[in-house]
Formats: sequence, structure tokens, C-alpha cells
Amino acid sequence: MSATQLKTMRDVFIETIYDRMHENNHLFFLSADFGSPMLDKLKKDFKDRFINVGIAEQNLINVATGLAIEGYCVYAYAIAPFITMRAYEQIRVNLSISSQIKPVNVNLIGVGGGVSYDVSGPTHHCLEDISIMRLLPNMIVFSPSDWKLAESFVDYSINVKKPKYIRFDGKPLPLIYDDVNNLNLKNGFNELLKGEKVCLVSTGYMTHRALKAAKELQDVGVIDMFILKPVNEELLFGILKKYEYIITIEEAFINNGGLDSLISKILFDNQSNIKLKRLGFNDKYVFDLGNRDHLHKINNLDEESIIRAVQEFKNV
Amino acid sequence: MSIKESDNLFKFLQEKATWVREETLKIHKIAPETRLASSLSDVEIFVSLYYGELLKFDPKNVRWEERDRFIISKGHGAISLYPILADLGFFDRNELTKVCQEGSFLGGMPDTIIPGFETINGSLGHGLGVACGIALALKRKNSNSKVFVLLGDGELFEGAVWEAIMFAPQHKLDNLISIVDNNKICMLDYCKNIIDLSRLEEKFQTFKWMVTTVNGHNIEEIYNSLKGLKESKDNRPKVLIANTIKGKGVPQLENDTLCHIKSLKEEEIISAIEGLQ
Repeated sequence: MSATQLKTMRDVFIETIYDRMHENNHLFFLSADFGSPMLDKLKKDFKDRFINVGIAEQNLINVATGLAIEGYCVYAYAIAPFITMRAYEQIRVNLSISSQIKPVNVNLIGVGGGVSYDVSGPTHHCLEDISIMRLLPNMIVFSPSDWKLAESFVDYSINVKKPKYIRFDGKPLPLIYDDVNNLNLKNGFNELLKGEKVCLVSTGYMTHRALKAAKELQDVGVIDMFILKPVNEELLFGILKKYEYIITIEEAFINNGGLDSLISKILFDNQSNIKLKRLGFNDKYVFDLGNRDHLHKINNLDEESIIRAVQEFKNV
Repeated sequence: MSIKESDNLFKFLQEKATWVREETLKIHKIAPETRLASSLSDVEIFVSLYYGELLKFDPKNVRWEERDRFIISKGHGAISLYPILADLGFFDRNELTKVCQEGSFLGGMPDTIIPGFETINGSLGHGLGVACGIALALKRKNSNSKVFVLLGDGELFEGAVWEAIMFAPQHKLDNLISIVDNNKICMLDYCKNIIDLSRLEEKFQTFKWMVTTVNGHNIEEIYNSLKGLKESKDNRPKVLIANTIKGKGVPQLENDTLCHIKSLKEEEIISAIEGLQ
């Protein structure tokens, strides 16, 4: 299933926006002094619709809002922790509150969700974004697991005139999806592997780990959650209820409003007896140095830890 | 009476300003939560823009593409704009008797649910950056419309305002006209006792803005300066620093350090209205 072609989500996404910008003069791309090889081309060819606002995330959101109020579809691009947390009140007031009254199509692209910037430490890790962006009414939260999904979201982002948070991994990743054309983006999830008793529910980079772990085991399901808000809960529960055990896996803090909270809420609302285990970061920042594999290992997010969690369930 | 029917523009505007103060006091009587003092320092600014027809607008088509955009970043000070908008037909005058009451759309902080307001207001420090985005959009659309923004001087303490102050001249947003209601008092004290903003003109000039300073209660000065800034061919963003008095027109409020959070009693409002004449 997984191809070996490594690409970053941002490059593919930006390249697709670049293509759309030729035919659609209502697209604007703003960056808070954050780049990408693909951005150089866009910057050069669309001088009038690309702006580097400087290291100023609050103004990034405010300027994006002004453009969107005037009818433009705007992409605002920065490192994930800074675009979400430095500018959180700008996002709340000008995007979340504002869009309840009239459409505001601002697409926040946060690069480096989770610990993709592994050695840069806790300021550059982004473990809060899923929770805090899900908290905001009127916000769509997109967390793709591969670049084909990312690419397919470009037209959705143009057509659905609402504020969105797009959580991209910082590193080049292989493909999970051969073909996303038959995927209904609006459903927000996809059952990649059907299993029997246990299902792994993951988002973003962790879907790669979940798939690897599932391959070592038998009859373990994998659900890739690529939209974390809004979620078709009825449809999702229809799949979840086939299982006895569910393990949520995310590169984010757990027990605080992330993917785990979403799944737990759905199970609770449906008075389900399904057992739930949450894998993710506990309530502590990560100062440990080492690559992503190391950080995952010491936080019980590596394949071995996932396999262990599945086996613990199976042995109950 | 409209501007065209008046033989003396400034007398007409002055009368409107007195009427707006009276109506603002009446609103405050039914809605003591409203920020009265902040809404009295910017009356002449609102009056010049709307009744002086410096602002292009259409009350029957609030989204008219050719309108000038007016962003009221110091949203708490916009209670005095409610009677103006009602008078000009943005909404029914009867709404003025319901401010902050159940079912009304006129709250203590104006939002886009009110016809005539472009943005969500109430949280300080957002308006100028949003206005930069609007000004940029208008330039890309080759529109001749202008973007006006009303800021409070205390609001200038917000860092995001300075991100926008740096941004605007970089992008030659000459269609952007900021107005600082320089009433010199924050919520708890004189601004200068908190962070001294003196030599504000120089601060803006250093950031490459075109600056004009006026007495913010002299209608002739405000009108002429705003008109001059609007018609200017200078390629810099413009700022009008309007030196004002917080609580202007009401002796109990004027220059009381805590006037921002002061509500007047009914009898004080009645005597304040009498004092306006």
C-alpha cells in the first residue's frame, strides 16, 4: 500500500495552489517568513498575490482576514506552534467569531505538527494545536497523513469558505494512499485496514506508525482520521462499533481535547462498552534530545509500544 | 437636514455632534454597561466622516462594493456611532431604545451583526492589521475606495498594532487612513503613567507614515484634515492624531482618570444632557 516516493505535504500543497493561482485570481498566499522550495516559484510568478509579512504571526492573521473579508481565498503559512499559538486570539476573533456572521476563507497552514521538528525542542514541537484548534467554533481542522491527501485538500480549501487549520508534517513522508479520488473528504476519516477485535485510530504521521504496527499483528484495524473537525460521528461510530478495543494514536497531548477526546466522546455518547487506550504525549513538554524515532520511543509512541498496547488488550 | 441643505457646513456638523452626544447619553441611560467616556471623545470624528460625507456609504446596501471601509478598532467607543447609523438609515431608530437589551443587535461592543460595521470589535489591537488586508485587497481590485480605521491611544499598547504600523508603509497602503482618538486615558490611569506615548507624531513619521495632528473636538480642523488626507496623492499610509478629551461634554467625566469605567446615574445623565445645550 505505501509507496516509497518521499515528499513533503507543504511542497505538494503549495505546488497545487501555484497551479490554481494561474486560473483563479482570487487566491492569496501569505507567509510569516517561512519558506519551501515550491514557494520560491510562487513568490516569483505571483508578486501581487504573495506577501511575506515578516516574523509577525498576529499581523499574518489580521492581513489575511482583511483580504478574506474582501472576497479572497487566503493561505497563511507559518510554523505550526507559532501560527496557532502566537496568533490564537487573532484566529479566535477574526476567523472563528467573524466567520459565524459572514464567510471568511482563511486557510492556516501550520508546518511541523507534533514533534516533526524533533531536535528544536519544546518551542518548536506542536502538541497543543489539535486541541486548541478543535476548540474553536466554525473551524475546520485537517490533519493529513500523506501528500496525496494534502494535495486533494486544495480544491476543498478553495470551495469551502470557512476558516481552516491545516496541520502538516514537517518531514518528507511516503504515500499511504494510492488514490484519493474515491475518498469522500467530508467524511473526515478512512478505514485503511479492516480488523477484528482491535482498531488503531490515528492521525497525521502516526498513521504511518499505526500501519507498520498493524502489519506485525493480525486482524488489527487502522482508521486514518484526516479531518478532526467537523466529524461525521454517526458514520464513524458505525465503523468503531465493530471493534472491542480502540487505541488512539496521535503526536499531541492526550486527555486534553485531541483525537483521543474526540473518540472517547463518541464512544461515551453512544453508551458503548468498547475499551479505549490513548497513546500520545502525557502532560509534559519534551526536552529530551534525539530524532523523532527516539522521542517516540521514550514516549511510548513507537511501533513496539503500539504492538504492546494491542497485545495487552488482546490478552485481557 | 443634510449637508447639502445646510449653508454652513461646520455649524451643521457642530449641531449634529451635540445631538449625537445627547443620544449617546440616552443610550447610556438604558445601557449603563456601555463605555460612555470613550464614546464621547470620538463624536466629532464620526460626525465629520458620516455627516460631512467624507465616507462613501449606502445605508440600503451596506456591502456596496464602492463604499469606503470604516473599521472601528476601538469598538467600545462606538456607542456614539449607533445614533448616527440609525439616523442615516442603516437600521431603525427604534433600535436605539433597545441597546444591550434582550433581543437587540446593538450590544456594548459592536459586531458585524450590526449593519454598518465591517469587523468584529471589542478586542483591541486587531483593527489596523485587518484594515491593512482590506486596503491591500482594494488595491488589487483597482478600487478607489479608502479604508478608515479608528484606534484608541491606549490601544497602541498592543504589539499587533505595531506589526501593522510597520506593514502598511512597506506595501504603500496610501488608501489607508488611520485616526487615533488620542484621549490620553486608559482604563485605570493616564496613558503617560503606564507607557508614555508622547511624541506620537514622530513615532508614526519614523515608520514612514504621513501624519496630521488636530484638536479632535474642532470640527473644522478634523473635517479639513480628513478631507486633505483622503484627497492626498502622497503614497504613504496616513494617520490623523486627534487630540481629544475623554468624556468630552460631560463635566463629571472629563479628565477623570477613571472615567472609562464610570457609569452615570439617571439624574446625572439628565443634567449632562441639559449641559450640552
